[in-house]
Parts: sequence; structure tokens; C-alpha cells
Amino acid sequence: MTQNKTIKVDSLARVEGEGGIYIKLKGAEVVDVKLKIFEPPRFFEAFLRGRSFAEAPDITARICGICPVAYQMSAVHAIEDAFGVTVDGPIRALRRLIYCGEWIESHALHVYLLHAPDFLGYEDAIRMAQDHPDIVQRGLQLKKVGNEIVSLLGGREVHPINVRVGGFYRVPTKRELSPLMERLQWAREAALETVRWAATLPFPEFERDYEFVALRHPVEYPFNEGRLVSNKGLDIAVREYDDHFVEEHVPYSNALHSTIKNRGAYFVGPLARYNLNFDRLSPLVQEVAREVGCEPPCTNPFKSIIVRSLEILYACDEALRLIAEYETPDKPAVKIEPRAATGYGCTEAPRGILYHRYRLDDDGTILDAKIVPPTSQNQKMIESDLWHLLPSLLDAPQDQLLWRCEQAIRNYDPCISCATHVIKLRFERE
Amino acid sequence: MPRKRRPKLAVWKFASCDGCQLSLLDCEDELLRLAGHVEIAYFPEASRAIVRGPYDLSLVEGSITTPHDAERIHQVRRASRFLVTIGACATAGGIQALRNFKDVREFISIVYATPVYIETLSKSTPIAEHVFVDFELRGCPINKYQLLDVISAFLHGRKPNTPPHSVCMECKRRGVVCVMVAHGTPCLGPVTHAGCGAICPTYHRGCYGCFGPKETPNTNSLSAWWSHLGVKEQDLVRAFRGFNAYAEPFRKESEAHE
Repeated sequence: MTQNKTIKVDSLARVEGEGGIYIKLKGAEVVDVKLKIFEPPRFFEAFLRGRSFAEAPDITARICGICPVAYQMSAVHAIEDAFGVTVDGPIRALRRLIYCGEWIESHALHVYLLHAPDFLGYEDAIRMAQDHPDIVQRGLQLKKVGNEIVSLLGGREVHPINVRVGGFYRVPTKRELSPLMERLQWAREAALETVRWAATLPFPEFERDYEFVALRHPVEYPFNEGRLVSNKGLDIAVREYDDHFVEEHVPYSNALHSTIKNRGAYFVGPLARYNLNFDRLSPLVQEVAREVGCEPPCTNPFKSIIVRSLEILYACDEALRLIAEYETPDKPAVKIEPRAATGYGCTEAPRGILYHRYRLDDDGTILDAKIVPPTSQNQKMIESDLWHLLPSLLDAPQDQLLWRCEQAIRNYDPCISCATHVIKLRFERE
Repeated sequence: MPRKRRPKLAVWKFASCDGCQLSLLDCEDELLRLAGHVEIAYFPEASRAIVRGPYDLSLVEGSITTPHDAERIHQVRRASRFLVTIGACATAGGIQALRNFKDVREFISIVYATPVYIETLSKSTPIAEHVFVDFELRGCPINKYQLLDVISAFLHGRKPNTPPHSVCMECKRRGVVCVMVAHGTPCLGPVTHAGCGAICPTYHRGCYGCFGPKETPNTNSLSAWWSHLGVKEQDLVRAFRGFNAYAEPFRKESEAHE
């Protein structure tokens, strides 16, 4: 007799937002896998209509409390694209610097507090801290350094207030930035230890032939600029995004699913950036990556925890470089003159590419907005990973099976608040 | 002598960005110590473990926007000795309360191709419209030090120390020159609840009202001052229609200029 079974995790933990998983098995066959997003919809694209361009960075930041800087950066770059403005020099450098802060803060949160407990068998980092106090402390202190950068440049960690179209409201003096140097030197050492420690975690054998998509810049590891490229031949300007990617609405999710036209699911985030831009990392990061045996191609998504650690190391290294070379600009922002146009922006949020498009009228009022967060782009790939992972887990006890599925979802550091502008796990054996 | 049971803390999420509950994890120096004093019993963003209720203190983030959440908040209330809302969504409906001024069906069709899949209420409402709330902590996002104070206050049976005066008082205390008087920059500080530490004026920008209305705000007078500075009616509507758009004094002021 064939046994049918449904397994569900109604509320996924250690992700930002509300979601679940639904898995249906018929005997040893996987019949259905759904990543469900119940996070209530909040309709940002609708109420952006009629707002001023100047409000877009503040409003879109509220899509996500974990990566507000990413929303601000995609918004300002898209609007500057519409108005024909290019920001360079020290203001551009400060934008990279605040992004470094967000990567450190967000990645340290995920590596230490959200993902590592899965590898070591703890329900959470607080329980993990009872056995590994020094490790959890290191993670918290690393996260704090990231937050210090965001606070200094942005005014506060969550929803910074200092980012505007054209630059900043106020720029720091060189002297104000210098206390960060010492903190970042400590953080760079801590990030080195993080990489070496992450590489010792137990990884399941799981490799797949993914299509990775990330920005690629002529000389830098990407934050705010570059072309959109993939390992399967995609190479387009950001403004061509809508010609190559589509969003679908599925009945069981409040987040839209993204696919590449005619090819399907794709993978964005640290692993994609890393595989496509390894040659753009600083020599220190490349050397450490080789030392721990994690050079590209790295196609095991569970190893994203090592790659995130390598990106923390890069962000510390890059932040130190940016501060050392910084000269205070004469003006905190370049002059902005609104015009009727459509602008496109795509930046590398901690979780992957974040696309914004705005159609503006001649006084700078937003007529139409489109926002595609990284988690909605990864949703289909997360489901696809579960399809591939489940056959190897069917003999395991159900709680272990579920925990492994949760861990596989957390490989993507999904931000469900972003994706609906989720995760609950449901499992069914009929 | 037997050790006293640690009080149970729960963190609940409704429609929100997660930023206010993240503030708890942003207490990098205090988090592990806090976990020594309270049992973090329900906090899905941080832990897959769930300790059964009832809970001594529930922190509630987010606004009510779906029929399901309108039911769920009653369960949360029943399971909680004290219920504290954290942030502008839970306290005033949040930025998503901008739907309250429009037809939500139109909003759904702008964002989603197949609106029939979406279940949502016509308004985004604060928690206190649904259940009794013991204390409301303001901010978009909240100030993490105020959050620690509120937790400590409820554990010790004292009143939280979150003064309801305006952001202006915080500017004076920090020695920040008034951006409105000195530079003619429109600022919501005079009608906005203190708590952020006057960050925006410190960064040479006018306050944009993250903490919502102060007690007894004179929004009407502030609008007149903004008009003197050349701010147009439609921009006054936008200014009061931000992250606390549905808080009554701000709602009425925005409607007065429509």
C-alpha cells in the first residue's frame, strides 16, 4: 500500500517575516513542494504613486527593517538614472561604505544568529551561546560594527535618515570616520576567524547546476552598479531587466515569483555574486577562500554560510580602504533637477539583486513604481532545492527531515517582509 | 531558597517590516544578558523553539490588515499578561495605512496580477483598535534603548520612561540649531513625539515624523508656519501622511489640506 503524507511547517522560524513550507509525499515520491508566504501584503508600489521622488528612499526603506540601505540605494540610483545624474567621488564612496555596513550587519545576523544554529543543532543562538559563548559574542560584536557604520553615516541602524537622491543630507568629516578604523581592524580579524570557523561546519553533499545572477562591475565587487550577468549567458544593462525577467502571481503566496524568460528559476545572493565576481574580491579574501577550500565554482547552497563570511571579510576590507582614501566633499549632495522620465536601478542587497523602476513626471512625482526584491527572485529556486533535497531525506525521522528543509530554506536568508512587499512549512503524506 | 521563575517574553509580528523586533537583536551588548533575566519564550525571527504561553510580556509589532490577523490578535491578548505594541505599524497602522485614504481594491490590482488570491482588509489599523494595549512604544523604527527600558519597566512594575514631549526638546538638549528657524527647513519636530534623539535635525534635515504625534500637538499652527516657508498644500498632505498617517492628529491635519 502506498502511504501518502503531508508535512507542513506552519511557521518558519529564524527568517525575517512570515512563511511556511508545504510538502506532499506519495510513498517515496515527492508530489508537491510549496514555499508559502503569508506575510500580509503592504502595497508599496501602489502608494508610491503620487509621492515625491524625494520621499522614495525613506518610504521604500520601510519594506525591510533588515536591509533598508539596499532599498534606499536602489531607489536613489533608479531616480538619478531618470534625472540623468551621476554621483561620483567621495559621495559615491560613502554609498559603498554604508552598504558595507549593511552587509556586515545583515550577514553577521544571518551567519551567527539565524543559520549557524542549524549546523550545530541548536534551536537558536541564545541556546547556542550556552555552549559556545565566545562564538556568539564574536558574531554579535561583528554585527555591531556593521551597525556602527550604518549609524554613523545614516543616523541610525534601522531606517537610516541621511540618504537622499543626489547624495546625503550631511556628510561626515574624515575625522568623524577615523574611530571606525580601529573597530574595522578588529572586525577584519573577527571576520577571518568567522570564515575559518564556518568552513569547519558539517555540510551535506548537495550540488546543483544553478543559473546564478548578479551585478558585475568592470573593476569592483558589486554594490550599486554594473551589468546584470549570469553563468548561462545573460549579460544585460539594468534597464533591460523587464525584457528578460518576469514576475508571476501564484495562488498560495503573497509574494510574486520571478523567472528568467524561457529558462525559469535562477539564484541571486552571496553565492551568485561570489561565483560571478570572485576575481573582483580583494587579494586577502581570495587567499582565505583558497585556504579554506571554497574557491568557485561553489554550487552547494549550504556553503553559502562560508561565502557570507567571506563577504563580511570583504566588506571590512573594503570599508577600511574607503575610509583611508576618503576626503570630505564640498557638498553633501549633487543638484537634482526633476524631469519626466523612467529610471532603472539595481543594487546588491545582502540577499541579492534588488531592482527598482520609477516613472516620474516633470515635477518629480512618481507615476508608477516597480520593486523586485531578492527573496521573490529566489522563491522558485528555494522550492526547487527542496524537490531535489527531499528524496535523500525520506528515511529520516520527520523532525530531522523538517529541520533539514528549514536549513535549506535558510541557505537563502529569505526575507519574507521584503518578498511581500515567508516561510511556514507544511508536509503531507497522503 | 528556590530561584524565582524567569518571566516569559513573547514577540509577535503582524503587517510590518521586522525592523522593530530586529531592534531587540540589535542590542548586541545586552541580548545575552537580557536572555538571562527573561525567558525568550516565543520569538520566531530568532528561534524555532516555542515555549507555551501564557506570556508575562508580549511585544507586538505590525498592524492589522487581514481578517486572519484580526482574529489572531485576540489570541495574543488572551495569552499575554502585559501587551506592549512596538513601532508605528502597531501603534498607528504604519505606512501601509496609506491604503486607508484610498480604495484598497485599486491597490491590489496595481501590485498583483490576480487580485482574487489576495485576502486583505480595506484598512490597516493599530492594535489598540482591536484589543486592550498596556503600553504603546512609538517610532519607525523604535529606539532600542527605549525598548530595553520598557521591558525593564514591565518586569519591575514601574512606568516606562518615554517622555511624550516634542522632538524640539531633544534638539535643545543636544544643542542642535533649529533647522526651521535658522535655515528655513520645514520640520515636523514641533508636533512629533520625542524618542529618536532628534536625529534628522542633527543631520541637517527636517524631522519627518517617525515617532508620530506628541501629546497635544498643534498641527494647525505648524502647517501655517510651513506655508510661510513656501510649502504647498499637496506637500503638507504628504508630510502628515507618512509612517503615522492614521494617527488621529496627523490624519486630520492631512485631510484639512486635501
